[in-house]
Amino acid sequence: MYKILDKVDYSDDVYMQVIEAPAVARAARAGQFVILRIHEEGERIPLTIADFDREKGTVTIVVQAVGKSTRHLQTLSGGETLANFIGPLGLPSEIENFGTVIMAGGGVGVAPIYPIARELKDAGNKVISILAARTKHLLLWEDKMRDISDEVIVTTDDGSYGRKCLVTEPLKELCEAGGVDLVYAIGPGIMMKFCCKTTEPLGVRTLVSLNSIMVDGTGMCGACRVSVGGETKFVCVEGPEFDGHQVDFDELMSRQRQYLEQEKIANDLYLECRGDAQCLA
Amino acid sequence: MPGVNKDKGAKKPKKTSIPRTPIPEQDAKKRAGNFDEVALGYNRDQALIEASRCLQCKKPKCVAGCPVNIDIPQFIKALEEDDPAAAIAILKQKTSFPAVCGRVCPQEDQCEKLCILGRKHEPVAIGRLERYAADWEAAQGEAAKPGIAAGKGKKVGVVGSGPAGLTCAGELAKQGYDVTIYEALHKPGGVLVYGIPEFRLPKQIVQRECDYVESLGVEIRLDHVIGRTMTVDEMLENGHDAVFIANGAGLPMFMNIPGENFNGVYSANEFLTRANLMKSYRFPDYDTPIKIGKRVAVIGGGNVAMDAARTALRLGAQVHLVYRRSMDELPARREEVHHAQEEGIEFHLLTNPVRIIGDQEGWVEEIEVIKMELGEPDLSGRRRPVPVEGSETRIPVDVVIMAIGTRANPLLTQSTKNLELNKWGNIVADEHTLATSKEGVFAGGDIVTGAATVILAMGAGKIAARSIDRYLRGQPLLTPEEEEEIRAASDKAAAASK
Repeated sequence: MYKILDKVDYSDDVYMQVIEAPAVARAARAGQFVILRIHEEGERIPLTIADFDREKGTVTIVVQAVGKSTRHLQTLSGGETLANFIGPLGLPSEIENFGTVIMAGGGVGVAPIYPIARELKDAGNKVISILAARTKHLLLWEDKMRDISDEVIVTTDDGSYGRKCLVTEPLKELCEAGGVDLVYAIGPGIMMKFCCKTTEPLGVRTLVSLNSIMVDGTGMCGACRVSVGGETKFVCVEGPEFDGHQVDFDELMSRQRQYLEQEKIANDLYLECRGDAQCLA
Repeated sequence: MPGVNKDKGAKKPKKTSIPRTPIPEQDAKKRAGNFDEVALGYNRDQALIEASRCLQCKKPKCVAGCPVNIDIPQFIKALEEDDPAAAIAILKQKTSFPAVCGRVCPQEDQCEKLCILGRKHEPVAIGRLERYAADWEAAQGEAAKPGIAAGKGKKVGVVGSGPAGLTCAGELAKQGYDVTIYEALHKPGGVLVYGIPEFRLPKQIVQRECDYVESLGVEIRLDHVIGRTMTVDEMLENGHDAVFIANGAGLPMFMNIPGENFNGVYSANEFLTRANLMKSYRFPDYDTPIKIGKRVAVIGGGNVAMDAARTALRLGAQVHLVYRRSMDELPARREEVHHAQEEGIEFHLLTNPVRIIGDQEGWVEEIEVIKMELGEPDLSGRRRPVPVEGSETRIPVDVVIMAIGTRANPLLTQSTKNLELNKWGNIVADEHTLATSKEGVFAGGDIVTGAATVILAMGAGKIAARSIDRYLRGQPLLTPEEEEEIRAASDKAAAASK
C-alpha cells in the first residue's frame, strides 16, 4: 500500500497528489513515468512524474480526471492509500547543455515539463517556458515554472490571462527569431502535433512525451506502440520521449481512443453511483 | 496374500489390458461460455486404476524425460497403494509446484513420451496423476512444510516471481538463505498469472503456490521493476550476496505487415494480460477494458495462440486461428489443439496474414491472408512454408491477436554492467550452472532460452539454486563427478553426430 500524503484540487477536474513511494522516488529522474492502481479491481494508470523528492521519498503526480479511475482517484485525500505505485518507468530525459530550450506545456502537460525544465536549467540552458491553458483558472504551476525559467510566456485560448492565442503562436515567433536549440512540447496529442508542425519547417529539434494506453509499462504487452519514423516503437521501454517530427500523431490519437466506449460505460456507472461501493457492486 | 496370486482364477487383469483412464472434462459447449477449468481431475477410483497401470520399470525411462527428474514410478506406486500423502512427498522432493506441473507440463513430449507402456499401448497418464496428488494435498488444507535449514546469514535476490524465480527462491529458502523476490507486476506468479488462462490453470492454485513459497520465509516484493526501480548492480551493492535473474521473455513480436497498429490489433501478451491478470473478462466489475470483438483472428500456432483463441471464444467471439504451416507442425500441445477444436475454433492452416485492413476510424475491418505450401525443411527441421502466388483471400474480423512469439526485454539487461548477451539480447548463461559473465549473478528461464515451458523454467530455478548455494559456500559450481558426466555426455553426442 502506498500512502497519499497530500492532495490539492486545482480545478473541478485537475488535481495534484503527493505519494509516499521511497523506492520510486530514489530512482526517479525527469521524464519518467509511474503506473498506479487504486484498488484490487483497478486498472493500471500510467502518469508522467511531475515532481519527486528523494529525501522525503515522495513522488508528485498531476492528473486530469477524464474517466472513472481518474475521477475516483480525485476523491482520495491525504492519509488514504493506493494499492500499487510502480516506477520509475520509461527512459529519463537526456539532460545536457543544449543552449536555448523552449519548454511548451499545454494544460496538465505543464506538470511533467517542470522537472525536465528544472534539470535543463541546472545544466546551464537558457529556459524559455510557454504555458498554455484554455482559461486562466486552468493554468498550472506558473510560479514553479517562473522559478526555473529565464522567461515565461502564458497563453490562454479565451484571453483571460496572458496572450490570447494558441501555444504555437509564440513558439513560431521564437523559433523564427532564431537561436532556439531545442523545443520540448508536452500536452494533449493535438497540441504536440501542432507544435511539431510549427517547428519542423523551421528545423528546430522537438521532443515530445507520449501518453499512450499501457497495461504493464515494462514492454511486455505492446499496447503503447506508436509509429516513429515509420517504425513501431514501444513508448514504455523506448520512450516516453521521441523526436516529435517523426511521430505519427494521428495514429497515436486514434489509438488513445480505443476504449472510449468502455470508458463511457465505466464512467456512467461510476457517476450514477458516485463511488458508492454497494451501488457499484 | 502372496500365495493367492498363484490361483489363476483370481489373477489381476494384465496392466497392458487396462485402457488409459480418461480425465473428466467440462462439456465443450458449456465451457466455451465460462472461464472454469476444462479438465476436472481424477477422483480416487480413477486415480487408483490409472496408477495400477504403471509397470514399475526397474530402469524407468520416464524419469529421464522429466526436466526435474521426479521419481515417477515411486510416486505412482504410492498412489496405487492409496497413499497420496506419500505420493506428494515424493513429488515435492523434485518439484515445488506439482499442481501447476500436473496441469501445464507437456507430458506427451516428456515423461509420457518415454513411458514403456506407450510403445504398444497408451502411456500412463503421469501428469493427471501428479495433478491428483497435488489436488488431494490442497483439499487437506495447509500444505506440509518441509524442514528449513538454520539461517546461513546470506541474502539472495531473485528477479521475477514466475516458475523459475519461485522454484529457485523456494529451494534456497529451504537451505536457510534469506531470499527476496522482486516482482515487476502487482501480483506474483509471472506467466502463471498474466499468461496462462484461468480455464487451464486456476489463479487460486498459483496463489497457493506463492503463499507456500512465502511460508518458507521468502519475501515477495511486488511493484519492483529491476532495471528501473533498482538495478542488478544496486542489488549487489545493497547487500545481496547473489542474484538470480528470471524476468521472463519480454517484448511481443509483430509481423511487420501493414496495418498492425490499427485499433483492435493486440499482441497475445496484451490480450491475455488484460483478461488474466487484470480480469477484464469481468469488466465493468474490474476496471480494465478489453475489446472483445465479434470475429477474432489469432495468428500463430503455439500454446499462447491456443490460450488467446480460447479466451476470445469465451468472451463471446467467433474465432479464426491462422497458422502458416500444417497441423503436423503446429507447436501447441495436442490436448490444447483438441480442446480448441472441440470448442469451435476454426483453424485456417497453411495460411499466413499479408496485411490488416482498417476502416476510416482506424479500426480493424479485415485481414488479408495468403495460402501457403510446404517447401524444403528449414533450420528448425520443419518444412518451410512458401506463399502460393495469387491465393490471397480476406477474412472479415474486428480483432486480430498476434501470437507469434516474444523477444528479449532490454529493460533489465541494458541497465546491468558486464552482463554478456547473445545477438538476440538473451542473457548468456552456462547451461550446466546458469552462471553469467557477471560475478555472483545467475540467470535462467525464458530470458536465457527464449520462450519455453513452465517446467523448463522450474528446472532452471533448481539448477540456479544449486549453483548459488555452492557459490555462496565458496565451492566450485560443479563437482568433479558432474564435470565428468558432462564430458561423457558431450563425447557421446560428438560420437553420435559422426
